[in-house]
Amino acid sequence: MDFLQPTTWGDALAARAERPDALAIAGGTDVMVDLNFDRRRPGALLDLTRIAELREWATDGDAVRLGAGVPYARVITDLGTQLPGLAMAARTVGSPQIRARGTVGGNLGSASPAGDAHPPLLAAGAQVEVASAARGARRVPVAEFYTGVKRSVLAPDELIAAVLVPRAAGPQQFCKVGTRNAMVIAVSAFALALHPDRHAVGTGIGSAAPTPRRAPEAEEFLAGELDWASRGPLPGTVAAEFGQRVAAAASPIDDVRGTAAYRRHSLAVMARRAATWAWDDLRRAA
Amino acid sequence: MTAVETDARATGRLGAGRVGEDAQRPDGTLKVTGEFAYASDLWHDDMVWGVTLRSPHPHARIRRIDVTEALTVPGVTAVLTADDVPGENAFGLEHADQPVLAADVVRYEGEPVALVAADHPETARRAAARIRVDYEVLPALTDPRRALDEDAPPVHPGGNLVRHLPLRRGEQGRTAPVVVSVDVEVGMQDQAFLGPESGLAVPAEDGGVDLFVATQWLHVDQRQICLALGMPPEKVRVTLAGVGGAFGGREDLSVHVHACLLALRTGRPVKMSYGREESFYGHVHRHPAWLSYEFGAEPDGTLVYARATVLLDGGAYASSTGAVVGNAGTLGLGPYRIPNVTVDAYGVFTNNPPCGAMRGFGCVQAAFAHEALMDSLADAVGVDRVEIRRRNGLREGDRNITGQVIDSAAPVAELLDRVAALPLPPPADTSDIRALPGAVGNTTHGEGVRRGIGYAVTYKNVGFSEGFDDYSTARVRLQVTGGEAVATVHTAAAEVGQGLVTVQQQIARTELGVQQVVVVPADTSVGSAGSTSASRQTYVTGGAVQAACAAVRTAVLQRAAVALDRPLTGLRLDGEEVVGPGGEVLTGLADVLGDDAVEETREYRHRPTHAVDPETGQGDAHVQFAFSAHRAVVDVDVELGLVKVVALDTAQDVGRAINPDAVVGQIHGGSAQGMGLALMEEVVVTDGHVRNPSFTDYLLPTILDMPPMQVEVLEYADPHAPYGVRGVGEPPTISSGPAVAAAVRDACGRPLRRVPIRPEHITGV
Ligand SMILES: Cc1cc2nc3c(=O)[nH]c(=O)nc-3n(C[C@H](O)[C@H](O)[C@H](O)COP(=O)(O)OP(=O)(O)OC[C@H]3O[C@@H](n4cnc5c(N)ncnc54)[C@H](O)[C@@H]3O)c2cc1C
Repeated sequence: MDFLQPTTWGDALAARAERPDALAIAGGTDVMVDLNFDRRRPGALLDLTRIAELREWATDGDAVRLGAGVPYARVITDLGTQLPGLAMAARTVGSPQIRARGTVGGNLGSASPAGDAHPPLLAAGAQVEVASAARGARRVPVAEFYTGVKRSVLAPDELIAAVLVPRAAGPQQFCKVGTRNAMVIAVSAFALALHPDRHAVGTGIGSAAPTPRRAPEAEEFLAGELDWASRGPLPGTVAAEFGQRVAAAASPIDDVRGTAAYRRHSLAVMARRAATWAWDDLRRAA
Repeated sequence: MTAVETDARATGRLGAGRVGEDAQRPDGTLKVTGEFAYASDLWHDDMVWGVTLRSPHPHARIRRIDVTEALTVPGVTAVLTADDVPGENAFGLEHADQPVLAADVVRYEGEPVALVAADHPETARRAAARIRVDYEVLPALTDPRRALDEDAPPVHPGGNLVRHLPLRRGEQGRTAPVVVSVDVEVGMQDQAFLGPESGLAVPAEDGGVDLFVATQWLHVDQRQICLALGMPPEKVRVTLAGVGGAFGGREDLSVHVHACLLALRTGRPVKMSYGREESFYGHVHRHPAWLSYEFGAEPDGTLVYARATVLLDGGAYASSTGAVVGNAGTLGLGPYRIPNVTVDAYGVFTNNPPCGAMRGFGCVQAAFAHEALMDSLADAVGVDRVEIRRRNGLREGDRNITGQVIDSAAPVAELLDRVAALPLPPPADTSDIRALPGAVGNTTHGEGVRRGIGYAVTYKNVGFSEGFDDYSTARVRLQVTGGEAVATVHTAAAEVGQGLVTVQQQIARTELGVQQVVVVPADTSVGSAGSTSASRQTYVTGGAVQAACAAVRTAVLQRAAVALDRPLTGLRLDGEEVVGPGGEVLTGLADVLGDDAVEETREYRHRPTHAVDPETGQGDAHVQFAFSAHRAVVDVDVELGLVKVVALDTAQDVGRAINPDAVVGQIHGGSAQGMGLALMEEVVVTDGHVRNPSFTDYLLPTILDMPPMQVEVLEYADPHAPYGVRGVGEPPTISSGPAVAAAVRDACGRPLRRVPIRPEHITGV
């Protein structure tokens, strides 16, 4: 197995194009597991950790441009205010070791329905910036990025450069259910973003459908019910109805981690609570 | 495999390292700094790697095995199947019913079918994938509740019953004014030791083999290896390699025979080392259990009768199922006085993974049932849940349900009083999500959170029971080297992380007055020490070391008496000196011994135990009982079904704490393991297939799941045991889980009759 270590983005894209048998590796926290279990046997590893710009983030207008190689640990320390939902999700990922190595780009690369970065990216309305040597860069709304279980729109010659996440204009929440209190893969997860600037609500559901997905109907419902103008309290019945609609947007399965019925139920509870917390935060901020 | 050495004086803070003092582990620093050599670190320059091909089916006939393609893989040095087993193709702890390599039938998913040796483990794995096994898949018996049905397919020719233990005491068919009953189901727990199975077999010039392996009982390994290899014991020498935890899962063979077969075939040292996934298939698990219990009591809660049926799924091979049934039967009603008893405990064969020894050994499963039922009884008669247990708890001098008199401390009431008196934790701090159920998952800020408290108490036999000749052997040598007296302790007792090496040093220091004690690697060149299990090694091997030290001391003093021309009586060893009756120094150890070494070997046996009556289960089955009680405090998010254990406090009688630090360590670890079973640890088996053979989905408690503990250690010496010790390792694993389960029930108000308790059970969706 070859080990390719480009130091520039251009070289990385060239290598990606030249070596279809290469597997990109960032933190390696998914890749090494796959290699150990012999689930993948690539002809080469394309190490992206030497490319400085992948490991940086910067504000870009109303968004944060988060390099694909920024580890969760830095999302937590650097971006808690600008991207609170993503930072909350990052805090729940694995253990300190995994958070030190694992990246949002890797989470997108794996496109697992259980990946914790996806729900907050969906709720925030992020865009994934991908690039190839042949066609240059393109931006994909994150909701269109996932195409199936562990599949995405990423073409064989493309790499993920960054994710552009709108800076939070309002409160965000991320909730994740697991059967232990740390280092656990989500049984179900939910992210919520309030966009008071445009009187909109964003959602993201994890581990409860073949891909991470939004709950558009629930978003519209809540956006319509919230008293944006005078920020009156959120009635419990509305929060509960929102929860039900989020649950209805999921299409979960029974597996060794949990049942479909519980996944739906827990989404309803998390969505209700998250909406209440976020709205209360907004009211307090007013 | 270097000798373990320490100089306790150099460490200062720990005192002299004698019995009763906190002593530093000789292997402690190495383990903490990552330098300790575990079995997976074994290395030999010429070695090749062995791997195992396992059955993908829970039940199938092997029509044909074709190894030709595997043999053509460059780097492969051997491919072996059942035909290559020179001795008997059978092993097993109680019955040799398990093939070394499956010959005609595979009876569980993961059963070894063939072996490959190659110059690289990856090469061996790829070659193993090229072995063609032609299976005819057979219907699998995977529901143990059907195993004894007339029409159930027999897993073995003799049928599916491994053992039925009936217990009949007092009046049968009794009635009582208050009757409570419960059905409980316990999932399959894994030992989940952190160092997977590993060993190195080195072919020897005499045609025999030297095996270095992580295990719990060298001599029983040796016996089984000899049977399979067709070799006498002197040709099969087994040495303990660094053990990364055991908990019962290393009592049965894993790589042992396989590595030896490959070494003898290739003439090369062979290393075998499982990964985590293979480890889940490579050792027995804790028996899943189905328990139906009924208690009858007086209106004040005094127990009148108990009726119980216990069904344990033994899986495909016997392993130690018989003995586990013995415990689940004889101890399965808990530490209570019950005059009239009807118990039937069964262990059965199925095509599920084999189950055998795990910490708590049959008592763990039973405790979930009897403790749930004691709570029901308390509620039914309107008595406090602690009081109901105090009222019925065994006391010294009582007879238990097999009619055995408890002839040393049985402080059930005191243990309960002590845990009940410990301060309770403050209410949940809703400002810190890490303190709440779901923790950083951020699923509640206090919503839906209810607190619950649960109590449980247990007792467990220490040592092997039911008439087993349970002994240990120790060889102790005393000599003066470089002007300093050094004692060397040699046993075959497996240090599996529990701290036995420290105990051996402490005993030698205490008995011989020397400071420098070397514990040499455990191997089969000394007599058997018995198993490192059943909470028995400090008791039994401790007893052997004490006896051997006493013999050495006597021999040294005899020499001194001769040299000094004085009577033996009145002479004592004091440090490195021989002193007279008044404490006056008569001579130095160096003068007495010169260049000689004094060496003595002794066996130690605890008082005999007895088989129980086959029809009534009555008899003195056990030698010693160890008691513990737990109080669990939990916060449960009743809407999401998530649990935070806030406190898990305990009191336990340890007879005498040889190394108090290590005692508390055992109690912490055992409590976490019991809590793990109550809340998350389960090998999920569907239709005979293990669905979660990894630590991704077999969840072990983390630091955010395990609260800090308050531990009360009682020391009521057992007059029959060396130094008064009482086994420590298992009781915490038994009483912690039921206490947690009770606390969760208390918080959410649901009956919760299955463990591990899952979120969907708590929420009822
Ligand atoms: C013990 C443990 C615990 C874990 N816990 C969690 C958890 O709680 N939540 C969670 O979501 N995940 C968890 N994971 C999974 C993993 O850590 C995450 O998915 C992480 O985000 C992967 O990032 P990485 O940088 O390590 O990716 P890598 O393993 O390096 O790569 C992952 C995939 O992305 C591709 N890739 C990486 N970078 C790029 C790029 N720039 N362009 C294109 N493709 C790319 C790779 O080719 C590969 O297919 C855990 C893993 C382990 C081992």
